[in-house]
Amino acid sequence: MKAPVKLKTVKALEQAVEAQKKLRQADKKPVLTVSAGTCGQARGALKVVEALQTALKKAKLDKKVKIRVTGCHGFCEAEPNVLVHPHDLFYQKVDPANADTIVLETLKKNRTIKALLYKDPVTGKTAPREKAIPFYKKQRRVVLGDNALIDPTQIDDYLAIGGYGALAKVLGKMTPEAVIAEVKTAGLRGRGGAGFPTGVKWEMARSQKGTPKYIICNADEGDPGAYMDRSLLEGNPHRVLEGMLIGGFAIGACEGIIFVRDEYPLAVKHVSLAVEELRKRGLLGSDILGTGFSFDIRIVKGAGAFVCGEETALIASIEGLVGEPRQRPPFPAEKGLNGKPTVINNVETWGNVPLILGKGGAWYAKIGTEKSKGTKIFSLVGKINNTGLVEVPMGTTLREIIFDIGGGIPGGRKFKAVQTGGPSGGCLPTSKLDLPIDYESLTAASAIMGSGGMIVMDDKTCMVDIAKYFLNFLRDESCGKCVSCREGTQRMYEIVTRISEGKGKVGDIELLEELAAAVKDASMCNLGITAANPILSTLRYFKREYEAHIKEKRCPAGVCKSLIRFTVLPDKCTGCLACKRACPNDCIHGTLREVHNIDQEKCIKCGACYEACRFEAVEAQRDEAIVILEGVK
Amino acid sequence: MNGTLSQALKDRIAGLAAGYPEPAAGLLPVLHLVQAEMGWIPPEAEREVAEILGLRSIQVREAVTFYSLFRHRPGGRHHVRVCRALSCTLRGSEPVWRRLRERLGIRSGETTPDGRISLEEVECLGNCDNAPCVLIDFEEHARVTPDEIDRILEGLD
Repeated sequence: MKAPVKLKTVKALEQAVEAQKKLRQADKKPVLTVSAGTCGQARGALKVVEALQTALKKAKLDKKVKIRVTGCHGFCEAEPNVLVHPHDLFYQKVDPANADTIVLETLKKNRTIKALLYKDPVTGKTAPREKAIPFYKKQRRVVLGDNALIDPTQIDDYLAIGGYGALAKVLGKMTPEAVIAEVKTAGLRGRGGAGFPTGVKWEMARSQKGTPKYIICNADEGDPGAYMDRSLLEGNPHRVLEGMLIGGFAIGACEGIIFVRDEYPLAVKHVSLAVEELRKRGLLGSDILGTGFSFDIRIVKGAGAFVCGEETALIASIEGLVGEPRQRPPFPAEKGLNGKPTVINNVETWGNVPLILGKGGAWYAKIGTEKSKGTKIFSLVGKINNTGLVEVPMGTTLREIIFDIGGGIPGGRKFKAVQTGGPSGGCLPTSKLDLPIDYESLTAASAIMGSGGMIVMDDKTCMVDIAKYFLNFLRDESCGKCVSCREGTQRMYEIVTRISEGKGKVGDIELLEELAAAVKDASMCNLGITAANPILSTLRYFKREYEAHIKEKRCPAGVCKSLIRFTVLPDKCTGCLACKRACPNDCIHGTLREVHNIDQEKCIKCGACYEACRFEAVEAQRDEAIVILEGVK
Repeated sequence: MNGTLSQALKDRIAGLAAGYPEPAAGLLPVLHLVQAEMGWIPPEAEREVAEILGLRSIQVREAVTFYSLFRHRPGGRHHVRVCRALSCTLRGSEPVWRRLRERLGIRSGETTPDGRISLEEVECLGNCDNAPCVLIDFEEHARVTPDEIDRILEGLD
């Protein structure tokens, strides 16, 4: 292979993009595209690639068919999947054993393999094409869609779909001010959570006198249930880098830093390769394309601290300090990394930038709602049929996402709540399903957009238990700087734990509300300010469930162990003593061949008797009658 | 146990740190390097890292203990990390976690007496589509069941 040519002018970049586009158009070879992000690889995608290579060789087609290994296509439920081009087929859950059939039947004889097609779990109908699958139908994949078209380790693949065309336009024809104006016209807002207008942030940093200036890509994706940034970095790193180059030019920055979780090895690998490739091509370094713009990018790996997603904590971490936030203002755009003006945007925000500069801010502003423009990627996880990454225009309703795209709740259970925005977000009930999603509507409903995690819960989920989970998370991740957050999350956790154990007292709900207000008011960073959200949203929509725990000592969903009652069914009990022997607290009475009974006073609800009984004579009473308790506020 | 840095590692650290305008900015990358080479960050190594970067050793100590991925105790030959985040819990990480603790007889943060396996519960690994997920060394195991975890454990040396 030839060494890559260093591009020296904007024209040369434009020509390189055109050349790659033409090459791809002229290439009439069939292509097998295998999705192999972290999700696909964990389900054996690389073994499928290997098997396809062997099968092609056996059929003497290895020179005539291309295999493209890409990042995640979003429909993680169907992994590993294989797209067959030009047949336009979508094969799902492919096993290495299917490789020969794909090659012999589909490639050689043009036959569709029915067994590998997506089958609608409700109607039983098969869908040969990606577009026909309900999961994809309502999506608008302007950011994530390219993942299926490129091998993330090949810069030429990105050029072939017009990649770095926006950069060429910016460096060749635009002033930094014009770039910022375009981003403002687009109405792009931060995809990391708070939704601050990106163009305004850039303008603020540009107007600062201090130099050098920095930009940071926040890839410290830590919200439980969110993985869209990992997927974008893994599957299309150049898109994020192109966004950063454009941002660096607009702000007048000399360096960009990608702060990425160490838990994302594949993302780190792909983005590192992409940075190296950019240096080789002359798109990073000094005097890029002879325009006088000098810019470089380095990658810093995080070390496991949720609070580092907060921008000032993240900066501290890059500086080598303990990741503790500091008071704002001054905002990082004024005083950031090393005390210099710094713009921090998250991965998805940077990924939107090339789109805006390529197609124009006015084009972009047509997508979405009045105040929230563009699309948003959500990770749809938990109790949902189609887990995966979903990209929809802002303003799409929760119902469309969960039921039309997500395919509803598995196992015939009922929808109970969806948690958005991670630990800073909230749980929304059935009555909020028709909420069109944008920054404002979610905040008004006691949740937040956050980075885009959407955890779906069914009627077997206990909302007190969910609040307990998030509080445990937050008390663990609180950096400890503000007393209100450090102690407040701990105390709220203790109270909710008490409630879940049936030891709740009248007045606990009011106490939680009071504490929540104090933590919100007195904490410095957003971790503390929003720490009470999981409590406040569950209290707002599921208060009766709290009351059932406190007043009736009952967990309606049957989750909180202490509130489950174990009893012996007399007609099933054979008196075999198995449960009595298993009981660690000696609270089962009865002798051989006599019906046993459980002393409820002494029972510690460990469930050992339940596990030990071979005759299904021990019953765990969960009171299923009132499973869904929610207010309609 | 000898927890000091080898000369070769010291040289690599110095080389790495030289790439940063402020030596402190090299701290996280350097600690990642030490852990990758030694499996953990021994107290002696903390002091030596501080010396090379021109920091006070308390600064290094702070970082090592603040960030959950840095290990200030030696680990086992294999590192088993179980995601305990909500998306994994909803899909059955609890039985997997319980089975692991029972089989290994240790709790989170502990290592089996034979030094074979260390066990850790972690927050979201970002693989929620494959919940419940378990990360063993650098390999992700998707949609794990308690029985599968038995088989996986048997395959570890």
